[in-house]
Amino acid sequence: MTQPPKPAAPAAAGRGNMKAELSDHFKQYKHVWVFIEQERGVVHPVSFELLGEARKLADKLGVEVAGVVCGAPGEATKMAAAEAFCYGADVVYLCEDPVLEHYRNEPYTKAMTDIVNTYKPEILLLGATTLGRDLAGSVATTLATGLTADCTELAVDADKSLGATRPTFGGSLLCTIYTLNYRPQMATIRPRVMAMPPRVDKPIGRIIEHRLDMAEDNIITKVLAFLPDRDSNKSNLAYADVVVAGGMGLGSPENFQLVKRLASTIGAEYGCSRPVVQKGWLTADRQIGQTGKTIRPKLYICAGISGAIQHRVGVEGADMIVAINTDKNAPIFEIAHVGIVADALKVLPALTEAFRRRLSPHNRDKLAS
Amino acid sequence: MHIVVCIKQVPDSAQIRVHPVTNTIMRQGVPTIINPYDLFALEEALRLRDKFGGEVTVLTMGPPMAEDSLRRALTYGADRAVLLTDRFFAGSDTLATSFALATAIARISEVYGKPEIVFTGKQTIDGDTAQVGPGIAKRLDLLQLTYVSKIGKLDLDGGSIEVERRAEGGVQVLKTRLPVLITMLEGTNDMRRGSMKDALRAARAEVVKWGAKDAGIEDMTKCGLRGSPTVVKRVFAPGGRTDKAEFITFTDKTPIEFGDELVEAIFKRQPAVEDDLIKHAHEFAAY
Ligand SMILES: Cc1cc2nc3c(=O)[nH]c(=O)nc-3n(C[C@H](O)[C@H](O)[C@H](O)COP(=O)(O)OP(=O)(O)OC[C@H]3O[C@@H](n4cnc5c(N)ncnc54)[C@H](O)[C@@H]3O)c2cc1C
Ligand SMILES: Nc1ncnc2c1ncn2[C@@H]1O[C@H](COP(=O)(O)O)[C@@H](O)[C@H]1O
Repeated sequence: MTQPPKPAAPAAAGRGNMKAELSDHFKQYKHVWVFIEQERGVVHPVSFELLGEARKLADKLGVEVAGVVCGAPGEATKMAAAEAFCYGADVVYLCEDPVLEHYRNEPYTKAMTDIVNTYKPEILLLGATTLGRDLAGSVATTLATGLTADCTELAVDADKSLGATRPTFGGSLLCTIYTLNYRPQMATIRPRVMAMPPRVDKPIGRIIEHRLDMAEDNIITKVLAFLPDRDSNKSNLAYADVVVAGGMGLGSPENFQLVKRLASTIGAEYGCSRPVVQKGWLTADRQIGQTGKTIRPKLYICAGISGAIQHRVGVEGADMIVAINTDKNAPIFEIAHVGIVADALKVLPALTEAFRRRLSPHNRDKLAS
Repeated sequence: MHIVVCIKQVPDSAQIRVHPVTNTIMRQGVPTIINPYDLFALEEALRLRDKFGGEVTVLTMGPPMAEDSLRRALTYGADRAVLLTDRFFAGSDTLATSFALATAIARISEVYGKPEIVFTGKQTIDGDTAQVGPGIAKRLDLLQLTYVSKIGKLDLDGGSIEVERRAEGGVQVLKTRLPVLITMLEGTNDMRRGSMKDALRAARAEVVKWGAKDAGIEDMTKCGLRGSPTVVKRVFAPGGRTDKAEFITFTDKTPIEFGDELVEAIFKRQPAVEDDLIKHAHEFAAY
């Protein structure tokens, strides 16, 4: 990614005329690849989202979509490969080796760079997860190619190069970045930024197996333990269908009860804007936005959130946004579908009550008859 | 022991404004700060030094004014500051940045001793890529530990280190060999205030200034714009949606009327949500 959006970024726009001059070597690079992130056979959903996006890019380029699956030999890893086909992969590069059981930078970097050097993709996408970011930086440096981190949009240009758009300057602007003269063109994309494609039952397709030449003795870093997060602490914000969030407009941590009560009434996850986390009202895993979670719910209800750009980029994928704010000029109304200009402390209880009435079994039966 | 911490001077993005007409960044008067994520790395390095003895060298690549941030780091207690500054570095992307920093760290090793640990922050608030740390590690052939939340056993004689690192769905406990590159997770410690003695020392201390040549960089084609495979073609402001919000008034109704109208409006637009909520209604909230 273009690093210091110092004066360089706007000035560099002048280089926009620079044409891709691919060397003959790089012209051999074809197809769109997705790194399939899996642990113990469970594929991170972001990989499927990227397969969906890869399909769109590949169709424009007239090439194939491939998934790269790395893991310990066995059923779990093969399952991950099988799933990749169901989400649109034409080919899967499969690298099974005991040293790949848990993610570690050394063996995964070697596996990925070897496979890329052997089969030469023109585009390589990874999820911007902790794993994906750890791996992408090493792979891109080893291959000495360009990497655009945390993209929000991907497109293929008329000259067939990949335009990767991402927020810049702390999220106040977007920029589109190209890797003109190197291959593969690499990008990481955060979970939930791209839509999940439908899963279609498909038989296992073409698998190309890759052997990793690496013995455990040659790997210096050892995994001593893995401490899974306690589920009770974990918010499922990114994948929730309904999210209720509050911002500084709520005025106090006590008032956040109103948000939580509405959320629990409709079985929603609750979240917040960044200053709420900075004040210590809620924990960081509840933050929504550019430096928090990206969400894509069917319904997003937010109260007392101004709608700063860093917050908006995290919620624009919502199917419907309901915004409650006392200021009729708050930027959140620019992206809201339904707006209420009123005090959140009054609106939230009224809305909670209305949902409760509407969803109570008694009333539902009445409505149905 | 010797620890190198990479810090970056960044504009305080909370105070950046975009010109409403030209869509360009208005930089005038925007104060600069040490990238907040780097303070966690610096504090962790200072703690290790306090415990094990040795020196902390802070390194930054940037314009001459980036010296301010280095001096600040000295007031916190860093022992030495190196400023890597050269017009050849302008326009560096992550690959070119990590090349320059890695070469400078190799030079620091020669002049001031080989570091056991190189620290970076998790990410910057302006570049925001989290890629420079891994890039430096790869170039220096250091083992890399990213998103470290806790440093456990450090055995300088045996040359090993144990850390906890944030992974998807849990925490990995890793053991590896020194030297390593660690990118430190935020919220892991609180930056100290720095002593009076350090403040006085920082005011007088000499910041080591290196151009590309001084840092041992020979291949200029790997620096700045030329050494950057990525090219920024377009910078623009995000657009809003074109259809406008439907507004529902609150004050002219009873809370019950208002609530019902709002729920109706939601379900009318999102019938699927109504189905979902009804299906799952028994799973939550006691009615
Ligand atoms: C690098 C960077 C990254 C960032 N990342 C994020 C991020 O990931 N997520 C994020 O959210 N922010 C992020 N921010 C911060 C962002 O710029 C805003 O500062 C923040 O979103 C504002 O939070 P807020 O809307 O809760 O508070 P404010 O901006 O203080 O807005 C409060 C709103 O509540 C309204 N209000 C007041 N009283 C009431 C009431 N009684 N009822 C209803 N409404 C009321 C006000 O009209 C106002 O619109 C980031 C900033 C930077 C610089
Ligand atoms: N110009 C720079 N000078 C010194 N360190 C840097 C520079 N750019 C990035 N870093 C380090 O690399 C980390 C990751 O940066 P980034 O990849 O830009 O998100 C930062 O937290 C810094 O520790």
